[in-house]
Amino acid sequence: MYDTSDIRKNLKITIDGNPWVVVDFQFVKPGKGTAFTRTRIKNMITGAVLDRTFKSGEKLQPADVEERRMQFMYREGDSFWFMDSDNYEQIAVDAPHVGDGEGFLAENLVVDVLFFNGKPIGVTLPTFVEVELASCEPGLRGDTASGGTKPAKLSTGAVVQVPLHVNEGDRIKIDTRDGTYVERVRK
Amino acid sequence: MIGSPDRAALRRALELRARVVAAMREFLAGRGYVEVETPVLIRAPAPERHIETIPAGDGRRLAASPELQMKRLLAAGSGPIFQMARSFRRREIGRLHNPEFAMLEWYRPGVTYVEFMDECEALVREVDRRAIGPLGAAGPRTLDPDLPFLRMAVREAFERFAGWIPDGAPDDVRFFADLVDKVEPSLPNDRGVFLYRYPASQASLARPAPDDPSVAERFEMYLGGIEVANAFTELADPAEQRRRFEAERAAIAAAGRDTYPFDEAFLSDVGRMGLCAGAALGVDRLLVALTGAASLRDVLPFTWDDA
Repeated sequence: MYDTSDIRKNLKITIDGNPWVVVDFQFVKPGKGTAFTRTRIKNMITGAVLDRTFKSGEKLQPADVEERRMQFMYREGDSFWFMDSDNYEQIAVDAPHVGDGEGFLAENLVVDVLFFNGKPIGVTLPTFVEVELASCEPGLRGDTASGGTKPAKLSTGAVVQVPLHVNEGDRIKIDTRDGTYVERVRK
Repeated sequence: MIGSPDRAALRRALELRARVVAAMREFLAGRGYVEVETPVLIRAPAPERHIETIPAGDGRRLAASPELQMKRLLAAGSGPIFQMARSFRRREIGRLHNPEFAMLEWYRPGVTYVEFMDECEALVREVDRRAIGPLGAAGPRTLDPDLPFLRMAVREAFERFAGWIPDGAPDDVRFFADLVDKVEPSLPNDRGVFLYRYPASQASLARPAPDDPSVAERFEMYLGGIEVANAFTELADPAEQRRRFEAERAAIAAAGRDTYPFDEAFLSDVGRMGLCAGAALGVDRLLVALTGAASLRDVLPFTWDDA
């Protein structure tokens, strides 16, 4: 068990069965009164952020969370299979827990899988990934300056906006945080 | 601040602090107060359930406030006195807390806490005019000390902002949780605020209000949303004082903290103090409020971590 004096940024705690991480905290104490620690905490599964005030001395349940580096293997229905490259252990993560990164998962991509009480609850992709363009309308050769974009489907499934001069079969770099096109990379 | 590469900012902060302290001394001396010094290493600080003192060895503790010693001076006939007291409170560390801090504490015989509201208001305005004004505020400051201070009873503040009335001996945790989460954030921060008449259970050294003993004659002064000073019409009834000390000591023991004997010399002197009011003001916090600084880090040359 933690108590309020253990509270610091990045401390991971369990509240109502969910893992939360402390993003900010402040000690508050009226002159003649009890002390409190006011925190801003983030739900590690949903990303929801809320403010919570703990009374000094209140006990907090640690969250058993662990991040493991794993390689994406393949998708089977709504299950995404990953392998731990150290011990070859294979695990399946449900689509809702993979989240928005699902459309950028290329085979052999190395990601961080977050476990809570031994169960996978989240997948963090590298900030940038390189993916092949599966399909898009033909590009206008030489048009690199007009600033226009068109939708394109990636080999990994996501649809993103790309500049007009990018073509099917090109490899492009994508920012996985918001799905924006960064640049075309050499094949 | 001590590690800051910005030499001009350091010099400016030191200068501001020196000017504020000098202005406070001048203000009080001009009103007939005599500056005193009382011991910091004492045997028996006033027992208070929410204030933890720091043991100093040889059966002494660091004073959490100079209150008992100053009251003994008053009982002995000192007349109006003030002190710039270094004070110590264990485990209080945060944006507005440092375990070692500077406290201005002052007392005047023959008056009640109502006169002290006027005096606190005048002091803040005077210090701002003399010490801060010429140098300008350091940060964006919400406070305008020239606006008349708002005076609101605790009962009214809770009824308006927390939706209930704390009378007599409200549950401690509920009271303070709502105070910090609901009441304090609702107070205006463009002007000084006095919250006054606290539940009697929360003023161990204050006199009960003559018209309603369920509340105590205590106020807190807020500047820019920051609690800066606490004041009482002082309790001068030795039997009642002993009963309250006993209640506080029982709460301290129940919390598993060390207890120690009462300051018997204080208990036997306090009855001779007569009608008297006093205030304690956090000098470091006053600097934060008046300069618009973000935290104590910007006004303390050495924080707890630097010391």
